[in-house]
Amino acid sequence: MNKIKNSKYLIIRRIVQLSILFLFVGANIWGWKILTGNLSTAKVLDTFYLADPYAIIQMFAAGSIVGIDAIIGAVITLLFYSLIGGRAFCSFVCPINIVTDTAAWARKLLLKKSDVNILNISRKTRYYILAISLIVSAITGVAAFEFISPISILHRGIIFGIGTGWIVILFVFLFDLLILERAWCGHLCPLGAFYSLVGKFNFIKVKHKVENCTKCMKCFDVCPEKQVLSIVTKQSGQIKSGACTACGRCIDVCDDDSLKFSFNNYKKN
Amino acid sequence: MPTRRELIKKLLKSSGYMFMGGAFWGGLINETKASDLTLRPPGAIEKDEFLKKCIKCGACVEACPYDTLMLATVEDKAALGAPYFKPREIPCYMCLDIPCVPPCPTGALDLKSLLKTDEETGEEEMDINISRMGVALIDEATCIAFEGVQCDACFRACPLMNEAIYTEYIRNENTGKHAYLIPVVKADACTGCGACEHACVMEKSSIVILPHAVVQGKQGDHYLMQDDDDQNLENIENIIDESEGALDYLNGDWEDLIDE
Repeated sequence: MNKIKNSKYLIIRRIVQLSILFLFVGANIWGWKILTGNLSTAKVLDTFYLADPYAIIQMFAAGSIVGIDAIIGAVITLLFYSLIGGRAFCSFVCPINIVTDTAAWARKLLLKKSDVNILNISRKTRYYILAISLIVSAITGVAAFEFISPISILHRGIIFGIGTGWIVILFVFLFDLLILERAWCGHLCPLGAFYSLVGKFNFIKVKHKVENCTKCMKCFDVCPEKQVLSIVTKQSGQIKSGACTACGRCIDVCDDDSLKFSFNNYKKN
Repeated sequence: MPTRRELIKKLLKSSGYMFMGGAFWGGLINETKASDLTLRPPGAIEKDEFLKKCIKCGACVEACPYDTLMLATVEDKAALGAPYFKPREIPCYMCLDIPCVPPCPTGALDLKSLLKTDEETGEEEMDINISRMGVALIDEATCIAFEGVQCDACFRACPLMNEAIYTEYIRNENTGKHAYLIPVVKADACTGCGACEHACVMEKSSIVILPHAVVQGKQGDHYLMQDDDDQNLENIENIIDESEGALDYLNGDWEDLIDE
């Protein structure tokens, strides 16, 4: 029972991720109208569109103005994540999150603490990749990341058939497992980088209360973006970094009531 | 605080990495973009523009009632995630209401290109027959109609029978008393739906659909062809009035030529 209580947000996230997928799959197979299309552009309840703002920006860089439906859809998504969600797309929607979370879990089981990362790259790499993606889009004239994105390959694959795309997904999994911990989501993914920038000033932030903290370090153990927890054990305040995926895993594992979701106070710590 | 020297070094290093990654990435994209032979849904705009605009949402694929349209997966030699079809497997069945085009949220599939003004009522109507997904080509070396067998599978399958494909009778000189019944494609009427490629009885189809842009040539503007309407004639007159090019030379005063 305690285990379930300690996985509240994890369970909520999985339910949200899987139901979004299920609605998309249902739309393609049984013709449901709740959520049609895919994460690139989805039509909601057959009335309005939601679109991936990063994809639209790449297409803009490639020199094309897409239809008004897609642009309005992208603005709605952008507003939602910049005001409320922050980087929650990564932890609550993105299907690759399930793959990389599994890889991180398997890594803990299989690899000893002494096994270091084979490759060490900066977590800032993703911002460079984000920049390159726009330059490459401008030069090649197509949305560059959409041509190689494992997120789209997996998501589209689940809805429309994946072909040999599963090899790419397995590659991401094994890379996370064997080469570098949290390699894809934490170091490389430009979509995650995009939402980190967009969601920097959202309303909802994790709040730390240092008086309750027993320095058990459980939160550091589970956090996919450990560097954002810099204030934990040191001072009270909010986790301000845009890289926080708002996954709530730290809140789940904290037995000391030291971490919880709160409204952003827009003050410096 | 890094020194200026360190900062410049770091800047150079990271731009080096970025260039390497970017060059590789761009090359990869150009490689997949180069596959011209992909057939797109009806109403698809010109190839490069299409790849720019298509957001790969699959709305057209979901709308297609015959499972004709698919989104390209990793092993397909086509731009990843964009819609295409393989007529040998499932051709386009040319739905009159064209369900695949209106759902497109980005304009990669252009409904306007499929609208035709009704001559009687003056209203604009969707017409699938003006779509140009590709054009059919016949391999005369393997098509059995060219061997004298009376096969007209492609002709019968064509939704624009006698317009896009017609059959031609030619005397068979081998026997002296039989005829060849040869299928002929009229490229300007062919929509590229692929019903013919689907129907071909050969082990590998002897009639294939290729994208228009790959197959069709282009006349230069200086060729002025006779047409049913007088538009071209007017054009000719305009050109004679305005241009200073080859036409002026040919239409110039003949006496000048004699002087030279």
